[in-house]
Amino acid sequence: MTRHLRMDEPQARLLDETGQGVLSTPLPRPEGPLKVTGRARYAAEVTMPDMAVGVLVRATIPAGRVTGMNTSEVMAMPGVLGVWHGGKMLRNPAQGTANAAPVQPGDKVAYYGQPIAVVVAETFEDARAAGQALKIAYAPSNAEPDPDTAATVETAEGLDQGDLEAAMDSAAYSIDAAYTTPGHSSAPMEPHAALAAWEGDNLVVHGSYQMLKYNVNELADSLGIPPENVRIHAPYVGGGFGSKLGIAPEAVAASIASKELGRPVRVAMARQDVFEMTMRRSETRQRVRLAAGVDGVLTGLGHEDRVSNLPGESFAEPTVQATHFLYGGENRRYVQEIARVNRTCAGSVRAPGEAVGMLALENAMDELAEAMHVDPVDLRLRNIPDTHPESGVPYSARSLAECLRDGAERFGWSERGLPGERREGEWLIGMGVASAARANFIMESEARVTLNPDGTALVETDMTDIGTGSYAILGQIAAEMLGLPMDKVKVDLGDSAMPPASGSGGSFGAASAGSSVYLAAQEIRAEIARKLDCADDDLTLRDGNAVADNRKTALTELIDAPMVGHGHLEPGKTAESHSQAGYGAHFSEVAVNEVTGEVRVRRMLSAFAVGRVLNQRTATSQGHGGMIWGIGTALTEELQHDPRDGRIVNRDLAEYHVPVNLDVPDLDVMLIEERDDESSPIQAKGIGELGLSGVGAAITNAIYNACGVRVRDYPATPDKILAAL
Amino acid sequence: MKPFDYLRASAPDDATRADATIIAGGTNLLDLMKLQVMSPDRLVDITRLDLDHIEDHEGGLRIGALVTNSDLAADDRIRRDYPVLSRALLAGASGQLRNKATTGGNLLQRTRCPYFTDTAQPCNKREPGSGCAAIGGQTRLHAILGASEHCIATHPSDMAVAMQALGAEIEIQETTGATRRVSIREFYRLPGDTPHIETVLAPGELITAVILPAPPKGRQVYRKVRDRASYAFALVSVAAIVDVQDGRIAAATLAFGGLAHKPWHDPAVDRALEGAEPTPELFDAAADVLLADAVGQGSNDFKIVLARRTMKAVLAEATGLKEAA
Repeated sequence: MTRHLRMDEPQARLLDETGQGVLSTPLPRPEGPLKVTGRARYAAEVTMPDMAVGVLVRATIPAGRVTGMNTSEVMAMPGVLGVWHGGKMLRNPAQGTANAAPVQPGDKVAYYGQPIAVVVAETFEDARAAGQALKIAYAPSNAEPDPDTAATVETAEGLDQGDLEAAMDSAAYSIDAAYTTPGHSSAPMEPHAALAAWEGDNLVVHGSYQMLKYNVNELADSLGIPPENVRIHAPYVGGGFGSKLGIAPEAVAASIASKELGRPVRVAMARQDVFEMTMRRSETRQRVRLAAGVDGVLTGLGHEDRVSNLPGESFAEPTVQATHFLYGGENRRYVQEIARVNRTCAGSVRAPGEAVGMLALENAMDELAEAMHVDPVDLRLRNIPDTHPESGVPYSARSLAECLRDGAERFGWSERGLPGERREGEWLIGMGVASAARANFIMESEARVTLNPDGTALVETDMTDIGTGSYAILGQIAAEMLGLPMDKVKVDLGDSAMPPASGSGGSFGAASAGSSVYLAAQEIRAEIARKLDCADDDLTLRDGNAVADNRKTALTELIDAPMVGHGHLEPGKTAESHSQAGYGAHFSEVAVNEVTGEVRVRRMLSAFAVGRVLNQRTATSQGHGGMIWGIGTALTEELQHDPRDGRIVNRDLAEYHVPVNLDVPDLDVMLIEERDDESSPIQAKGIGELGLSGVGAAITNAIYNACGVRVRDYPATPDKILAAL
Repeated sequence: MKPFDYLRASAPDDATRADATIIAGGTNLLDLMKLQVMSPDRLVDITRLDLDHIEDHEGGLRIGALVTNSDLAADDRIRRDYPVLSRALLAGASGQLRNKATTGGNLLQRTRCPYFTDTAQPCNKREPGSGCAAIGGQTRLHAILGASEHCIATHPSDMAVAMQALGAEIEIQETTGATRRVSIREFYRLPGDTPHIETVLAPGELITAVILPAPPKGRQVYRKVRDRASYAFALVSVAAIVDVQDGRIAAATLAFGGLAHKPWHDPAVDRALEGAEPTPELFDAAADVLLADAVGQGSNDFKIVLARRTMKAVLAEATGLKEAA
């Protein structure tokens, strides 16, 4: 039986009534022991008899055409089985939810690092040697490696509401400042990998992907076969952060080679390939204008930006996504420019939009607070609008003020002094704050829940767990709804043959897939209620027993055949009727070395309000992850492109500086109690990307408070601090 | 990775006569082999040789070439008498790497220049005569001293900077079986027009030990400035050994990392300090000497300022003018 729900209106808060007591509790993730003991098999660890191994070979020009390659020479090398290029090979991964093949460029080269060929051999070592020996000849053409000077720049008028120029002219206080953020790489721990095997016309791929129902269609479309012939397994994904949203070149290359050879073929990216061939976050150039009255209330807000992408790619970093709804001000203007460049494809990287747009916005708010001599927490509190400043719709649950106030209290914000005031030897100490906001939405999602006569339950969906805790929370929801202890619930994920879920992306996974499990379990509850001849609302399920009319019956006695519930969630009217977002507040304390300009983050606190928290532990971990990304965004992470050909120069983890343990201080996460009735039937919102949204600005604002240096060009590396000290 | 032959040396002669590339910890060579930046036909593994002892020697210490970075940093005598070396070691790489990396290998690690490690790019160090792609490219990590039009790479070691300040000697077994000792100050070469020849080692020669002189008088300081708190190469590092007597600098030796193709030591900098009273003005004058010929490449211009500031802070600490940060 299927329970289908379109989210058109708030739903009863059943999960506050169930009483099994497992939901929200900080349970460890059930697959954790498998992962830390190496028993969870990731895509590149799967082997098959007779498997061959391929490597991708990249373009070494930024633009032009492939005119030939020394294939016969390479074919003569030890163990080499084949070289494939052109045809169905992909230029770059599909954008998230594309549901169709990305560009298949044939002989055209659009960026330095583009996968051109796959070389397949008996062993990885043979393949790698052959890949290195493959020499590609090109007819180069003019390239545009630099977004600042690109010949083609498209302009997208975002919004022009009221008269921002006039508001700026008449403002008691105004800020007009330019900011830049560099490109970022997702840099997941697990490199992209796929093992492809054909049985007749049917293709099975073990891969590392975030959104299987789309990935099946993207892979089928890339290969020109029906989607029903494709099955993808991705039970464990070692981080995605957006780079595994869409089908990627390695899966198509492995599938092509496997078909031709009649053998399973595995293609795994080297770390350098992950940097060059998957998605980057676009660099941004931003201008923020703030106009405020004497009371600090915004009357105008402008946010303009330039981002880049390959010619023809539809994705543009949604830089101003949170600017739309976070603060008020009736005069508003946004314009986005998209420079067409020959650089690695730009796509979704963790918190697209907010991750970089909020750096500028929250930095500018700090500048306004400074100009007005008001506390930056107070300035933010004054600018929380009553209704959406553009559409006028109401907000769903929004605990921004609580996050700012409670966070400030626990952090000890009142200890904050003036720039240069606190010193410990060479170190200048400062504190900074930033709001957090991340647009919230749900996606269509399905799940199947089976309650067995032995009192166990099974959750099945093609939802992925990319390190976020999907296994834990989906099991908790089923256990809570069915009144079962956690050890009676098994969760199977990451197989495209199972009911299609939202997938993992955009922080919508927990609420969307979780709601589909909830709906499926509701269906089972209804069936039990029918068996007991009671109303759904009068049924209590707890500890393996059903209670109705003061009669307690063990589920094992009640059920003689598996009960199967199917849940199907779709977004509905609440997506439009209310402005939905997760909110929070970040606080950081940093030390700036006045000799060297080095910055060390000493402690951080973030308060988050995300509706119902499904698991305190995994939610806290998501918060930690975002905060650590924020340290990288603020201080160290930067894709360096060669000015001559646009190639990514720092394409490994020694030179692309994600934070290491010593960069990360004590992190304090506060989860504010909230229910968001408009968000989803389980009153939960996303948390993953919220943790990153704005946090880098709390660090650069703290740098300013420490030493009086305002860093507007991220990241705040020592040279930029030094230049102003 | 290209197929290669693998031999295991059971005596030093096996290594010097093998006509092979020597591998010890492999923390650098293996990475470069996977990328085919280096593609030796033959490796000789020296890790079974009896070269992993730290012994008292001529009033100083003799450090076997196979002593790991972790063991060397933790040695009581090093910590007590040569703290600049212990601190430099611990400022380098990560715990896992230090457990494998050896003393000899650390001296010989290759540059982190990203144009060197990308075989699609011209690089005179990797492929003599092909050109230098780093010039005109991203040069944040590159040299400001002693570079040439053929190469602007930097040497990545922290350990070698401390050894440079200590005036260590390197014991080398020649292919004839004879042994010679070379001061670390003569060991490294500037790039000139042969950046692929980085040291005075002849093909086949094996580093068997590093000899530290008797512990120097005075205070020892190592300070490394980098883009993240750990596991990052130096933007600038300074090793200093300074002896102050009666309010004057009796002896000073400074060495620098992150600035040049080799761990940098300029005797004129030491001379500018010696005999004088430690003052900020004196430190500035010494920095003037150090940086007189410094040239930035654009994205590394900041190193000129950073080197001066770091050097002055280190001198202030080493002379007691100011307490440590």
